[in-house]
This record gives sequence, structure tokens and C-alpha cells, in this order.
Amino acid sequence: MKFLMTAAAAAVLVLAAPGAYAGATFDAVKAKGFVQCGVNGSVAGFSAPDSQGVWKGIDVDLCKAIAITMFGDASKLKYTPTTAQQRFTALQSGEVDVLVRNTTQTLTRDASLGLIGAGVNYYDGQGFMVKKSLGVKSAKELNGATVCVQPGTTTELNLADYFRANKMEFRPVVIEKLDEVVGAYAAGRCDVYTTDVSGLAATRATQLGNPDEHVILPEVISKEPLGPMVRQGDDQWLVVVRWALNAMIEAEELGVTSKNVDEMLKSDNPNIKRLLGVTPGMGKHLGVDEKWAYNIIKQVGNYGESFERNVGKESPLKLDRGVNALWTNGGLMYAWPVR
Amino acid sequence: MANNRAGRAPARRLNWNDPDVRSVVYQVVALALVGLIGWFLVSNTLHNLSVRNIASGFGFLERESGFAIGESPITFGPENTYGRAVLVGVLNTLRVAVVGIVLATIIGTIIGIARLSKNWLVNKLATVYVEVVRNVPLLLQLFFWYAIITETLPGPRQALNPIPGVFISNRGVKIPTPTDHFAFDLAGIGFLLGIVLAVLVSRWAKKRQDATGQSFPVYRAGIALILGLPILGWLIGGAPLELNVPKLQGFNHVGGATLTPEFAALLAGLVIYTAGFIAEVVRSGIQAVSHGQTEAAAALGLRRNQILRLVVLPQALRIIIPPMTSQYLNLTKNSSLAVAIGYPDIVSIANTTLNQTGQAIEGILIIMAVYLTISISISIFMNWYNKHIALVER
Repeated sequence: MKFLMTAAAAAVLVLAAPGAYAGATFDAVKAKGFVQCGVNGSVAGFSAPDSQGVWKGIDVDLCKAIAITMFGDASKLKYTPTTAQQRFTALQSGEVDVLVRNTTQTLTRDASLGLIGAGVNYYDGQGFMVKKSLGVKSAKELNGATVCVQPGTTTELNLADYFRANKMEFRPVVIEKLDEVVGAYAAGRCDVYTTDVSGLAATRATQLGNPDEHVILPEVISKEPLGPMVRQGDDQWLVVVRWALNAMIEAEELGVTSKNVDEMLKSDNPNIKRLLGVTPGMGKHLGVDEKWAYNIIKQVGNYGESFERNVGKESPLKLDRGVNALWTNGGLMYAWPVR
Repeated sequence: MANNRAGRAPARRLNWNDPDVRSVVYQVVALALVGLIGWFLVSNTLHNLSVRNIASGFGFLERESGFAIGESPITFGPENTYGRAVLVGVLNTLRVAVVGIVLATIIGTIIGIARLSKNWLVNKLATVYVEVVRNVPLLLQLFFWYAIITETLPGPRQALNPIPGVFISNRGVKIPTPTDHFAFDLAGIGFLLGIVLAVLVSRWAKKRQDATGQSFPVYRAGIALILGLPILGWLIGGAPLELNVPKLQGFNHVGGATLTPEFAALLAGLVIYTAGFIAEVVRSGIQAVSHGQTEAAAALGLRRNQILRLVVLPQALRIIIPPMTSQYLNLTKNSSLAVAIGYPDIVSIANTTLNQTGQAIEGILIIMAVYLTISISISIFMNWYNKHIALVER
């Protein structure tokens, strides 16, 4: 099934008329009236529908911010859930306009897929989760372990690198669908389940019976800057995606939240005035409404609000801000100036 | 255009009213059209890829893969190339397909014959089997077998130990393997020699029976040869007793050979599913042989199993082989569902490769080429066999 979809997406590349793709996603999105956002669809906290079928997550919030930038309305948005294996083909072939699917930015992906990263909305790292009953305290003790992992991800490569670097052996069990791979881990087919730490936390909180029976080992074995990707050669669209993200981070830094954004319209701070469109100009440069950032903050909130609501203390995942704190608080979140 | 050409050429030879000329022209035009479409697809793809800055070509096969594979008939590590990873995938697919075809044929034939049994219980059981397995989707059956294995069997530290040296857990079945010793090589040679000799003996026995009418216990002799010669080889080599016995170390059993849950579940699913179809092929093939043949053979004084073996099955085989070929092809192609339960077949590995390298078209071309090659090989072999056993008309 998944294979069929990959094949279909590849067929688009084979059959698409040359020149139909002219680097004009911005115009195409404007013309069709909505943003087609490629998401994960099954990682709680990043992008997944809740029990009422409402999409929630930090990636979903970024999709909304992009739709709001374009149309001033978060509902002008459609989601395409993609697997780890389909995601790049889906973006390459134009099936989705932007990929916001907890995707790690790497050199190969930036340079050889015809795609380009547009920023980072979550700094992650790969970790290991084991059953508490195994008594394992460190990833260094995992020699000989059987490891459940999803295919086609940087996770699979980091895993092999880590065990090679530490001269340890392991046996992978590679299953594509998240539910199946977690099921195999839960059934004891594997000793270890590995993915990004945020994903481990999401799985532990939502997919395993008793979260207390599982422990995430302290080692973080990789850098996983997760962020949105667009097609290369599509610069106006790239800029929209990049600044939708930057506006959310900038708003947090300036103390603008969804609750106080209306009062902030009266602020004297020139940075806030530029961001919210009180001093016009920024929206015009992007080719969108001057109220774009105001609308994002009003409807979605700033980055900090989105983080706490989806993966932070107000969510079942209970992740710390850690390196995802603002640079002013010792983290890595650093918005480029809106000016 | 064709008319012009026909006009210019010597009128007698190239006449548009000549059906041979027409058919050649049509074929040339059709070939040119297909070629043109092919050329359009390839050049269009290359153009689209280069416009979108997507790397293309098969150069990636030489690069280091960087990922590990759960089970492999040849040694494989992350330091090996993508090319070798694809080879591992092909071998894994072949492994499950070959074993699956052999087992499905045996089980399917038994059940097909059981469907015709006069024994009510045997007959009904076979019917129920066929109806159930043919009507439940294969993917569901694979999940079922995989869940049975991983959910019901204990973990490696509580592994079942039915015979000394054999451990059964949700990590698979661990069995002892012979250590690297000269005697085991001799035993292997003895086994192959035994098979060759058994075939020769059966040919000689048939010839002698044709000439003199005397029968020879072929089966007993064959089994004695196939079992006896390896044991003889092992004894000559000094009868070593040390085996590579699996033992619990850390998370898992180390040493010996493993039958993994993924392979076992895939094999069970494919064999049980395809055997249901093969049973119907066998049943219909046997029923297609006219009942008069059976009665005539009985009148000659042949026993029931002789009638089946000497009269009915050889004729039924001619009807059975063509649909059997498509069942073999189905089984091979269905093995691509392995990806759902984590068996590293060619689809699983090519998918991983295409995602790591981003070269989807090349990855899918590889998958298609592999299945095409395997399927055509099976077809060619089965067609040859079909011709071989076809009725020689006199």
C-alpha cells in the first residue's frame, strides 16, 4: 500500500509535463485557495488527529501559520499524512506544497533531493527506550540487543553509526508503520525502541499501556534539527514558510501572546509594531496581508504557547523546553529580525 | 506514407493489398510508436529530475549504505554498499520464495487430494481449510501469524527449551549448528552424492522393470542412500560431537542458527495461503481425468495408490502445471508484503535505499527488474517442464 503510493508519486515525476513546474508554488497556492501540508499524522505532539478528529501538534501549528500567512485563515489548509518513506517523493512531485513532518535537516536532503529546509521548529536528538525490567541504565550496555526501528529515516543510520562507533553488535527489526513497530517493541520482539526523544516520549505517553514500565536512556546519540521543507527554486514560497516560523519565535521573544496581541497593537516598541503590521511594509515584502503575523499569533499563538500546548508541560508528553528554549533563555530558538 | 512507399517500390512485390506487406507496416508503425512513448517517458523524466535538482543514476549503488539488515544469508554490515544491500534483499526474497513454493506445493497437493477423499471428516476439513484461507486477505494472515509468534511466545530469558540446545522464544527458534569441521563437509558431500545416486537407482529400477517386470524397492533404497552416505561421511571424518550450541548471553541467545519470527510468519502466511489455491488446482486437475481411466486401471488390478500415482496424477499433472505456474508467481510476488512485518526482502531494502538516497525512480526500477527476472525465470522453467511432461502424440 505504502509502496503503491511511493510508486504513484514517482510516476508523477515520470509523467508530469515538463515545465508544468515553474517554481510558482506561491501563485499556485494562492490560486487554489488552500495550503496542502504534508504531515506525519501519527506522532502525538507533532501532528496527529485527536479523538474528535481535530489535527493537533507543533507541526500542525506551523502548517496553520503558513495558511494564515497566505490567507489569514487557518482553515484554508489540508493535511496529507505521509510515511517516512513517501514524504520526500510527495513533496518532489508536488502532491504537497510544504512538508512539516518532524523531518531532520541534513546535507544530503538539502542538496540531492531537489528540496530545501526552511528553518527548524524543533531541535531533537535520537534516544533509546527500554523496558524498565531489563535493568539497563545506559545505551553503552546495549551490546547484542535487538532494536526496533522504522525504515528510511536518519534514525536507522544513526543507530548503525552509534553501535559501530562503540564496537557493539545489534540486530535491527525494521517495520515501516509506527503502530506495528511500537507493537513489536511492546510484545517484546525487541529489547529497544529507538527514534527521536520527542517521539519516544509521545509513544510512551500515548501508545504503551503503562508509561512507568518504560525508561528513556540518558544518551542522546544524534542531532535532529526538525523543520519544514519546500521544493528548490521556489524562493517566494520558501520565504513565506521561513517567516511564518520566524514570526512565531519572534513573537515569543517580544512577549506577544495570543491573549495580549490586541493590546500589543498599541505598543510603542518598533519591533512589535513592525511584526504586527502597525508599521506597514513587512507583509508587502512577503506579498501577503500586513496583518499576517498578527493573525498567526491571534489564531495559533507564539512558539512558546504552541510548544507548551503540544509537547510541553500542558501536554501528555511533558517535554522540557531544553535546547528549544529561546536563545535569551539559553536555548537555540533564535528568530531572524523582522525588519 | 505506406501507400507512397508501396507506389515507389516495384509494384508486384510491395502491394498494399498484400496482407504480408500490411502486417509488416503495421508492426513497424506499432514498434515506432512504442519506442517513441518510451523515449518520451525517459527523456521527460530526466528533464523533470534535472529541473528539480534531483540526483539520478545508479551511482549510489557503490556508496556505503550505513544501515543494518536484520537477517542475511551473506554477511552484511553498515559499512557495505547499497549494491550489496540490494543483493541481500534479492537473496532474502528468493529464500522465502523457494522454500515457500516447495512447502506450498507439498501441502497444497495433500489437501487437494484430501478434498476428494471419501472419508467425510478428511473431506470436510480440507474444504473448510480451503474456504477459510482463500477468503481471508493475505496481509491479515501475515499480521495474525506475526502476532501469534511475538505475543504468545516467551522472551529470550524465559525461552522454551524442548530439546537440549534448541530454544524457542519471541526472538525466533535457535538451533545448534555444526562447527567448522572436516567431517561435516564430508557429510554434506555425502548428502549430495546420496541424492544423485538415488536418482540413478530409480532410473535403473524403472528400466529393469520395463525390461523384466521385476520391481525394486526404490524408496527404501533412496532413503537409505540419502541418509546413510552423510552419516558415513561424518564417521569417516572422525565423528566429531561438538556443535555450536546457542546460549543465553546478555539480551539474547548467541551462536547457532536462527529462524526469525519475521521469516517464520511470512513463510507460514505465504505457504498456508497459497496452499489453499494449489489444493483447488490439484483437485480440479484430478477431477478432470475421466473416471473411466480409474475404472480401467482398477480392472487391470492396480491398487488405489498405484492408480493415483501411475494413471491419474501423470494425466492430471498436464492440466495442473499451467495454473500452478501462476500460483508460484503469486507466491513470489506476494512475498513483497514482507515489509509489513519487518522481513528484509527486496521491497523493504529497496524502499529504505530509495529513501536514504532520495532516488525513488531508480529504487522502483530495481524492484521491478528483480520481480520481472524472478517471475520470468519461474515461467520459463515451468513452461519447459510443461512441455517435458506433455502428452507425446503418436
